Amino acid sequence: MIENRPWLTFFCHALLIASVIAVAFPLYIAFIASTHTAERMFELPLPLLPGSEMLHNYVTVLQHGVAGASTAPVGRMMFNSLVVALTVTFGKITISILSAFAIVYFRFPLKNFFFWMIFITLMLPVEVRILPTYKVIADLGLLDTYAGLTIPLIASATATFLFRQFFMTIPDELMEAARIDGAGALRFFWDVVLPLSKTNIAALFVILFIYGWNQYLWPLLVTTQEDMYTVVIGIKRMIPGGDASVDWNLVMATAMLALAPPALVVLLMQRWFVKGLVDTEK
Amino acid sequence: MEKRTQFPVGWLPYALVAPQLAITVVFFIWPAGQALWQSLLVQDAFATHTEFVWFENFKVLFADETYIESFKVTAVFSTLVASFGLSISLILAACCDHVLRGAKAYQTLIIWPYAVAPAIAAVIWAFMFNPTVGILAHGMKLLGYDWNHLLNSGQAMTLVVVSALFKLIPYDFLFFLAGLQSIPKSLIEAAAIDGAGPIRRFFTIAFPLLSPTSFFLLVVNLVYAFFDTFAIIDAATAGGPSRSTTILVYKVFHDGFKGLDLGGSAAQSVILMVIVISLTVVQFRFIERKVQY
Repeated sequence: MIENRPWLTFFCHALLIASVIAVAFPLYIAFIASTHTAERMFELPLPLLPGSEMLHNYVTVLQHGVAGASTAPVGRMMFNSLVVALTVTFGKITISILSAFAIVYFRFPLKNFFFWMIFITLMLPVEVRILPTYKVIADLGLLDTYAGLTIPLIASATATFLFRQFFMTIPDELMEAARIDGAGALRFFWDVVLPLSKTNIAALFVILFIYGWNQYLWPLLVTTQEDMYTVVIGIKRMIPGGDASVDWNLVMATAMLALAPPALVVLLMQRWFVKGLVDTEK
Repeated sequence: MEKRTQFPVGWLPYALVAPQLAITVVFFIWPAGQALWQSLLVQDAFATHTEFVWFENFKVLFADETYIESFKVTAVFSTLVASFGLSISLILAACCDHVLRGAKAYQTLIIWPYAVAPAIAAVIWAFMFNPTVGILAHGMKLLGYDWNHLLNSGQAMTLVVVSALFKLIPYDFLFFLAGLQSIPKSLIEAAAIDGAGPIRRFFTIAFPLLSPTSFFLLVVNLVYAFFDTFAIIDAATAGGPSRSTTILVYKVFHDGFKGLDLGGSAAQSVILMVIVISLTVVQFRFIERKVQY
């Protein structure tokens, strides 16, 4: 603080508090809606305080899903989301740390060519190659499988870049010392590089978990069977065209369940989250 | 670029890059090539007859009114998202940088929506704006304003922009805050001694020094608005009413999967590819320049 300006400070606090409320309001309304009966949603005045149906609503969606909507129970979809998020996270970290290690610590023919091929994936998001990628998955017989849901999402240029940047900062002396002591490449990777990368792995874990859990377009394309839906696409199926028949209380209960895991990860691992977000975009 | 010493080359480095390369080739490069190739073909509905037509698909596309309209929708949408996203988060970051008490708590409470899936955010906002059960629509009705985003295209656009900002503002906010905190305190103190007030200091010191961050965020925000908002459009409005929120990405999906127009959808994919590639190139050229500062 350079000088004391009470009015400016007051204004800043007021603005920040207003925005915190604005951001929390949708969450509050969704929570309130999830604690009432479906009929109460349509009665005036609209509910602003918690009702009595909270436990009943959450148990209903977790075990049975929403009546009339063609989805699996939310418990099942949450499990699918968890499998997808964790597989994508660990898969991405594993393959990109390995390829970054190869690119930094070896000089081999075609290295630059490989590096550019990985780089190009940055420019080809799923959205621009929807149909052909779908066809590849269909031809491989991977529709409605966890493999089909996760493998195409595992290639990642950003994670590879992040590890490459980090490996460049590891002192060369460490590697020379390891070689003098007779360690091979894999031994060096396991005993030196991997322990040094812990911070980066933690940061990437947070970012990639959110990325994997929140995937929308890809699961939408690859899944046709209800019990393979992830919760993020399942919720869309609960809201058919006309809105008269929507059980908003149950839909909002599902929304709360769907946003809880990534939100908890961000809140509990905030330090890693900020680091991961800033690092991956460098 | 390279380490002084390297491990002896054998089969190992190839084995290490193999998994990533395999996935890249099978799921990225091959499909992208297919999209390029199919954009030059015309196929009938039963895939019995295929003809090579050069750039006919592109000609048809640009003669198509709905496609031009979709371009305009995308332009409006991304301009709104990027300009509101950048300005709101810059103001919030400046406030958060100014206050001493509770800055950390504010940060936590502002960034958590980044974790919310765009589709979930869209569903919650669509619920709040729902004409019959939505609290915001209801509040507006009490104030004498009729809200129905299922019929009114401007309101539908507002809904998707608000949903998109919900996830974007935390992101921009974090980067602006980091940028503001990295400005040397001595600069600001010197200006204060010279008699510049906080507003003046913000516009003459902080704002110019933030320009690299702002430019970077502008590109990221445009990419987000162009590509990552598919879920928001699909969950909140499904492109309607009457295509008023059909952005390019949504149109590719719609024409490809619902309309089954392979050549046309592939041509649209190619155009999107050109857009991403140019945005990425701009971003990287700019980052190279920033390094020289």
